[in-house]
Amino acid sequence: MKLLYFAWVRTNIGKAEEEVVAPDYVQTVEDLLDWLATLGPQYAAALDRRNVVKVAVNHEYVEHDHPVRPDDEVALFPPVTGG
Amino acid sequence: MIKIQREDFDIGTELAALTQGNTRVGGLATFVGLVRDLAAPGSTGGEISAMTLEHYPGMTEKRLAEIEAEARARWPLEGVLIIHRYGRLEPGDRIVLVATTSSHRQAALESCAFLIDWLKTKAPFWKLEEGAKGAAWVEAKASDDKAAEKWKR
Repeated sequence: MKLLYFAWVRTNIGKAEEEVVAPDYVQTVEDLLDWLATLGPQYAAALDRRNVVKVAVNHEYVEHDHPVRPDDEVALFPPVTGG
Repeated sequence: MIKIQREDFDIGTELAALTQGNTRVGGLATFVGLVRDLAAPGSTGGEISAMTLEHYPGMTEKRLAEIEAEARARWPLEGVLIIHRYGRLEPGDRIVLVATTSSHRQAALESCAFLIDWLKTKAPFWKLEEGAKGAAWVEAKASDDKAAEKWKR
Protein backbone atom coordinates (compact mmCIF):
# COMPACT_ATOMS: atom_id res chain seq x y z
CA MET A 1 0.00 0.00 0.00
CA LYS A 2 1.31 3.43 -0.93
CA LEU A 3 0.80 6.08 1.73
CA LEU A 4 1.06 9.83 1.09
CA TYR A 5 1.10 12.52 3.76
CA PHE A 6 0.44 16.24 3.36
CA ALA A 7 0.75 19.45 5.42
CA TRP A 8 1.02 18.82 9.20
CA VAL A 9 0.45 15.09 8.80
CA ARG A 10 3.60 15.08 6.66
CA THR A 11 5.66 17.33 8.92
CA ASN A 12 4.68 15.33 12.03
CA ILE A 13 5.46 11.95 10.51
CA GLY A 14 8.62 13.33 8.93
CA LYS A 15 8.19 11.91 5.43
CA ALA A 16 6.01 12.64 2.40
CA GLU A 17 5.31 9.06 1.33
CA GLU A 18 6.12 5.44 2.00
CA GLU A 19 5.25 1.95 0.84
CA VAL A 20 3.87 -0.25 3.63
CA VAL A 21 2.68 -3.82 4.06
CA ALA A 22 -0.15 -3.53 6.57
CA PRO A 23 -1.14 -6.47 8.81
CA ASP A 24 -4.09 -8.58 7.68
CA TYR A 25 -6.49 -7.01 10.18
CA VAL A 26 -6.19 -3.66 8.38
CA GLN A 27 -9.39 -3.72 6.30
CA THR A 28 -10.60 -0.12 6.58
CA VAL A 29 -9.18 3.40 6.84
CA GLU A 30 -9.93 3.30 10.58
CA ASP A 31 -7.90 0.08 10.97
CA LEU A 32 -5.06 1.65 8.99
CA LEU A 33 -5.01 4.74 11.24
CA ASP A 34 -5.06 2.50 14.35
CA TRP A 35 -2.10 0.51 13.04
CA LEU A 36 -0.10 3.57 11.89
CA ALA A 37 -0.49 5.19 15.32
CA THR A 38 1.45 2.25 16.83
CA LEU A 39 4.45 2.73 14.54
CA GLY A 40 6.09 5.43 16.63
CA PRO A 41 5.55 8.68 18.52
CA GLN A 42 5.69 10.76 15.35
CA TYR A 43 2.82 8.74 13.84
CA ALA A 44 0.87 8.92 17.10
CA ALA A 45 1.34 12.71 17.14
CA ALA A 46 0.26 13.07 13.49
CA LEU A 47 -2.88 11.01 14.12
CA ASP A 48 -3.67 12.47 17.53
CA ARG A 49 -6.56 14.53 16.16
CA ARG A 50 -7.92 11.46 14.43
CA ASN A 51 -11.34 12.84 13.52
CA VAL A 52 -9.77 15.85 11.82
CA VAL A 53 -7.59 13.79 9.46
CA LYS A 54 -9.04 13.61 5.94
CA VAL A 55 -8.45 10.58 3.76
CA ALA A 56 -8.34 9.97 0.02
CA VAL A 57 -8.13 6.49 -1.47
CA ASN A 58 -6.93 6.48 -5.08
CA HIS A 59 -7.59 10.27 -5.30
CA GLU A 60 -11.20 10.05 -4.04
CA TYR A 61 -12.31 11.49 -0.69
CA VAL A 62 -13.55 8.69 1.60
CA GLU A 63 -14.88 8.32 5.13
CA HIS A 64 -12.93 6.44 7.81
CA ASP A 65 -15.06 3.28 7.37
CA HIS A 66 -14.00 2.94 3.71
CA PRO A 67 -12.13 -0.30 2.84
CA VAL A 68 -8.42 -0.23 1.99
CA ARG A 69 -6.56 -2.79 -0.12
CA PRO A 70 -2.86 -3.61 -0.55
CA ASP A 71 -2.63 -1.95 -3.99
CA ASP A 72 -4.38 1.28 -2.94
CA GLU A 73 -2.82 4.74 -2.80
CA VAL A 74 -3.99 6.22 0.51
CA ALA A 75 -3.40 9.89 1.35
CA LEU A 76 -3.77 11.37 4.83
CA PHE A 77 -4.05 15.13 5.31
CA PRO A 78 -5.66 17.97 7.29
CA PRO A 79 -8.78 19.79 6.06
CA VAL A 80 -7.81 21.66 2.89
CA THR A 81 -7.03 25.39 2.83
CA GLY A 82 -6.55 26.33 -0.82
CA GLY A 83 -8.18 29.02 -2.92
CA MET B 1 -9.51 24.44 -18.44
CA ILE B 2 -7.47 23.66 -15.35
CA LYS B 3 -3.90 24.82 -14.75
CA ILE B 4 -1.91 23.94 -11.64
CA GLN B 5 1.35 25.82 -11.78
CA ARG B 6 4.21 27.33 -9.82
CA GLU B 7 4.50 30.36 -12.14
CA ASP B 8 2.54 33.58 -11.92
CA PHE B 9 -0.15 34.34 -14.51
CA ASP B 10 -1.15 37.50 -16.37
CA ILE B 11 -4.84 38.18 -15.79
CA GLY B 12 -5.32 40.18 -19.00
CA THR B 13 -3.68 37.55 -21.18
CA GLU B 14 -5.65 34.71 -19.60
CA LEU B 15 -9.02 36.47 -19.89
CA ALA B 16 -8.35 37.52 -23.48
CA ALA B 17 -7.57 33.89 -24.36
CA LEU B 18 -10.74 32.69 -22.65
CA THR B 19 -13.02 34.88 -24.75
CA GLN B 20 -10.95 34.91 -27.97
CA GLY B 21 -13.00 34.00 -31.04
CA ASN B 22 -16.20 33.22 -29.14
CA THR B 23 -18.79 35.91 -29.83
CA ARG B 24 -21.53 33.99 -28.00
CA VAL B 25 -19.92 35.23 -24.76
CA GLY B 26 -21.86 38.12 -23.27
CA GLY B 27 -20.44 38.03 -19.76
CA LEU B 28 -17.13 37.18 -18.13
CA ALA B 29 -16.89 36.77 -14.33
CA THR B 30 -13.60 36.49 -12.46
CA PHE B 31 -12.28 35.88 -8.99
CA VAL B 32 -8.61 36.47 -8.19
CA GLY B 33 -7.23 35.34 -4.83
CA LEU B 34 -4.13 37.12 -3.49
CA VAL B 35 -1.75 36.49 -0.59
CA ARG B 36 -2.59 39.06 2.10
CA ASP B 37 -0.16 40.14 4.78
CA LEU B 38 -2.44 39.34 7.73
CA ALA B 39 -2.16 35.80 9.13
CA ALA B 40 -5.24 33.60 9.19
CA PRO B 41 -7.11 33.38 12.54
CA GLY B 42 -5.50 30.75 14.78
CA SER B 43 -2.30 30.80 12.74
CA THR B 44 0.92 32.68 13.54
CA GLY B 45 -0.93 35.90 14.30
CA GLY B 46 0.09 39.33 13.05
CA GLU B 47 1.69 39.85 9.68
CA ILE B 48 3.02 37.13 7.46
CA SER B 49 6.13 37.38 5.31
CA ALA B 50 5.37 34.48 2.99
CA MET B 51 3.08 31.54 2.35
CA THR B 52 3.88 28.13 0.91
CA LEU B 53 1.15 26.24 -0.89
CA GLU B 54 1.37 22.47 -1.08
CA HIS B 55 -0.96 20.26 -3.12
CA TYR B 56 -1.60 16.64 -4.02
CA PRO B 57 -0.51 16.23 -7.66
CA GLY B 58 -2.82 13.84 -9.45
CA MET B 59 -5.74 14.28 -7.10
CA THR B 60 -5.86 18.07 -7.55
CA GLU B 61 -6.29 17.85 -11.31
CA LYS B 62 -8.99 15.16 -11.03
CA ARG B 63 -11.02 16.99 -8.41
CA LEU B 64 -10.82 20.30 -10.29
CA ALA B 65 -11.83 18.69 -13.60
CA GLU B 66 -14.78 17.13 -11.77
CA ILE B 67 -15.96 20.45 -10.37
CA GLU B 68 -15.52 22.17 -13.75
CA ALA B 69 -17.84 19.50 -15.20
CA GLU B 70 -20.30 20.10 -12.35
CA ALA B 71 -20.33 23.86 -13.05
CA ARG B 72 -20.89 23.23 -16.76
CA ALA B 73 -23.79 20.90 -15.94
CA ARG B 74 -25.44 23.49 -13.68
CA TRP B 75 -24.99 26.62 -15.80
CA PRO B 76 -24.90 27.26 -19.57
CA LEU B 77 -21.20 28.18 -19.72
CA GLU B 78 -19.06 28.98 -22.73
CA GLY B 79 -15.72 28.80 -20.93
CA VAL B 80 -14.21 27.90 -17.55
CA LEU B 81 -10.66 28.66 -16.47
CA ILE B 82 -9.14 27.78 -13.10
CA ILE B 83 -5.49 28.57 -12.42
CA HIS B 84 -4.15 27.64 -8.99
CA ARG B 85 -0.54 28.23 -8.00
CA TYR B 86 1.60 26.27 -5.56
CA GLY B 87 5.02 26.88 -4.01
CA ARG B 88 6.27 29.88 -2.03
CA LEU B 89 4.35 33.14 -2.45
CA GLU B 90 4.62 36.55 -0.82
CA PRO B 91 1.98 39.13 0.18
CA GLY B 92 0.47 40.68 -2.93
CA ASP B 93 1.17 37.63 -5.08
CA ARG B 94 -1.67 36.05 -7.03
CA ILE B 95 -2.72 32.57 -5.81
CA VAL B 96 -5.76 31.64 -7.82
CA LEU B 97 -7.83 32.77 -10.81
CA VAL B 98 -11.34 31.54 -11.49
CA ALA B 99 -12.99 32.83 -14.66
CA THR B 100 -16.26 31.80 -16.28
CA THR B 101 -17.97 33.00 -19.44
CA SER B 102 -21.55 32.70 -20.57
CA SER B 103 -24.08 34.41 -22.82
CA HIS B 104 -25.55 36.08 -19.74
CA ARG B 105 -24.09 37.55 -16.57
CA GLN B 106 -26.05 35.53 -14.02
CA ALA B 107 -24.63 32.16 -15.11
CA ALA B 108 -21.11 33.60 -15.22
CA LEU B 109 -21.33 35.27 -11.80
CA GLU B 110 -23.01 32.37 -10.01
CA SER B 111 -20.74 29.68 -11.43
CA CYS B 112 -17.65 31.72 -10.57
CA ALA B 113 -18.80 31.97 -6.93
CA PHE B 114 -19.67 28.26 -6.90
CA LEU B 115 -16.20 27.32 -8.18
CA ILE B 116 -14.24 29.37 -5.65
CA ASP B 117 -16.45 28.22 -2.76
CA TRP B 118 -15.92 24.64 -3.81
CA LEU B 119 -12.17 25.12 -4.31
CA LYS B 120 -11.81 26.39 -0.76
CA THR B 121 -13.26 23.24 0.77
CA LYS B 122 -12.47 20.40 -1.64
CA ALA B 123 -9.34 21.11 -3.70
CA PRO B 124 -6.38 19.38 -1.98
CA PHE B 125 -4.20 22.43 -1.23
CA TRP B 126 -2.68 23.45 2.10
CA LYS B 127 -1.18 26.78 3.16
CA LEU B 128 1.80 27.18 5.44
CA GLU B 129 2.17 30.75 6.69
CA GLU B 130 5.53 32.22 7.71
CA GLY B 131 5.56 35.11 10.14
CA ALA B 132 7.69 36.72 12.85
CA LYS B 133 6.76 33.91 15.27
CA GLY B 134 7.65 31.12 12.85
CA ALA B 135 5.62 29.00 10.49
CA ALA B 136 2.13 27.58 11.00
CA TRP B 137 -0.33 25.59 8.89
CA VAL B 138 -3.52 27.50 8.17
CA GLU B 139 -6.60 25.92 9.80
CA ALA B 140 -9.68 25.30 7.70
CA LYS B 141 -12.54 27.73 8.45
CA ALA B 142 -16.10 26.69 9.30
CA SER B 143 -17.32 29.73 7.33
CA ASP B 144 -15.77 28.25 4.17
CA ASP B 145 -17.64 24.97 4.74
CA LYS B 146 -20.83 26.96 5.18
CA ALA B 147 -20.21 28.87 1.94
CA ALA B 148 -19.75 25.59 0.02
CA GLU B 149 -22.75 24.03 1.76
CA LYS B 150 -25.17 26.50 0.18
CA TRP B 151 -24.42 25.08 -3.30
CA LYS B 152 -25.44 21.55 -2.30
CA ARG B 153 -28.52 20.11 -3.91
